[in-house]
Amino acid sequence: MGIELLGGRILAPFFGSSVHIWGSIITVFMLSLSFGYLIGGKLSTKNASLTRYGYIFLFAGITVLPIALWSGSIMEAIFISIEDSRYGSLTASMALFFIPTIILGMISPYSVRLLVTDKDKSGQVAGVLYFVSTLGSALGTIITSFYFVLFFEVKSIIFTFSILLMLFGVIAISFDKLSNTKNEHLSGAIHE
Amino acid sequence: MNKLFLICLLIAFSSASFAKVIHKERSLYRNIIVEDNYNLRCLKFNVKTSKTNQSCLYINDPQKLVFNYTKLLFSSLLLLDKAPENILIIGLGGGTMSNTLHQLYPQARIENVEIDPAVIKVARQYFSFFENDKVTSKVQDGRIYVKRAAMKEQTFDWIILDAFNGDYIPEHLLTKEFLEETKSLLSTNGVLSANTFSVSDLYAHESATYKAVFGDFFNVRNRKNSNRIILTANNSLPSGEVIMGRVKKLALDLLPFGVDIAQISSNMISTKDEQDWLDNTKVLTDQFSPANLLNQ
Repeated sequence: MGIELLGGRILAPFFGSSVHIWGSIITVFMLSLSFGYLIGGKLSTKNASLTRYGYIFLFAGITVLPIALWSGSIMEAIFISIEDSRYGSLTASMALFFIPTIILGMISPYSVRLLVTDKDKSGQVAGVLYFVSTLGSALGTIITSFYFVLFFEVKSIIFTFSILLMLFGVIAISFDKLSNTKNEHLSGAIHE
Repeated sequence: MNKLFLICLLIAFSSASFAKVIHKERSLYRNIIVEDNYNLRCLKFNVKTSKTNQSCLYINDPQKLVFNYTKLLFSSLLLLDKAPENILIIGLGGGTMSNTLHQLYPQARIENVEIDPAVIKVARQYFSFFENDKVTSKVQDGRIYVKRAAMKEQTFDWIILDAFNGDYIPEHLLTKEFLEETKSLLSTNGVLSANTFSVSDLYAHESATYKAVFGDFFNVRNRKNSNRIILTANNSLPSGEVIMGRVKKLALDLLPFGVDIAQISSNMISTKDEQDWLDNTKVLTDQFSPANLLNQ
């Protein structure tokens, strides 16, 4: 949500602040989230592990980076080739946000898979997850729009989001590695 | 008893409706209200307070300008060495500026850019906003217009930025990048004037941004209200003597519009002589432009 909110600011220099800008951004986010949910769910059926979960975060962080690094030149190219600012803004938000948001969308269903241990409690787990992620979105939106934009450049905020995502990914992967080696030690001890 | 009540009601009603709303509509961007108050017709956005008056005209003397700031905008002529041939107005309002300029310079090309199609419609219908082959209007975001015009290498002798209403500021029209793009549209001796704010934290940031792009500029304001005009040019600003000479030449031409150019020229203060913000004020950029948060 934080990124979605900044999306308006990123597109404005090239495509203005007409209503259709928000139309483009919200459309692209909803579209890519829906694909993300589908792919994330599918992915969770095969060898679900914390390591793979961490890789999703890592990739999400990497695909967010181009928004901070190259959004200017990407939008300029689109601005020059598409005259109509409605389709220009739609194409630009596609180019910038489609892939990272798909990957971000994969996180929710994958989390359900990792957290559900008991079929009876699956609804509860999903409920808690929706609660956490939607509350997080609300907080991200308000903090970004009320405070972050007052103190930081748009670029730095995106960078920070990206680094945080990658950090989560690395933590998840190394945590999984650590607990796996521990488990191996444990099972080794039992065998002896 | 009933009669008395009715009379009271009638009195209450008639006193409340000195100003008669003659048109009201909700556009994509705002509420638009046109109100008649005796001889004064006003265009208002959003709410019914005089603070948000966007544009007004005297119904029986439409030529005469009502607003102080529209009059102040004419100070721009003191920076031009000849009559402007190409004028760009960003933010239409009631179209009074465009109408007046067309009367003053019938030969000049005037392009009006307005984001809200409903505003153009209302200006035509209620404020006799006038268009012909010299005067045109376009529905577009100002930033996009400027970018496209720069690609086509168009130039203007006079650019008027009047896109801010009291409630919401389009943040992308205040940044250094935008001003640079706008500057690139000015002809060699071109002039840019912006109708903006003189209060709130935004004042310093906006001033610093203009200075970063144009160097020193004139602040033109009237003590009475909170508007200020930022007046700046592609070249360096003319000297006081040159300005006084132009005042004499223009005074008679501007009189029919209620513009006292001599008095206005006395309210022009160069930032070279009087800089009323700190040197280390942060410049607004596309990356950093919390204009609406600062304007509180």
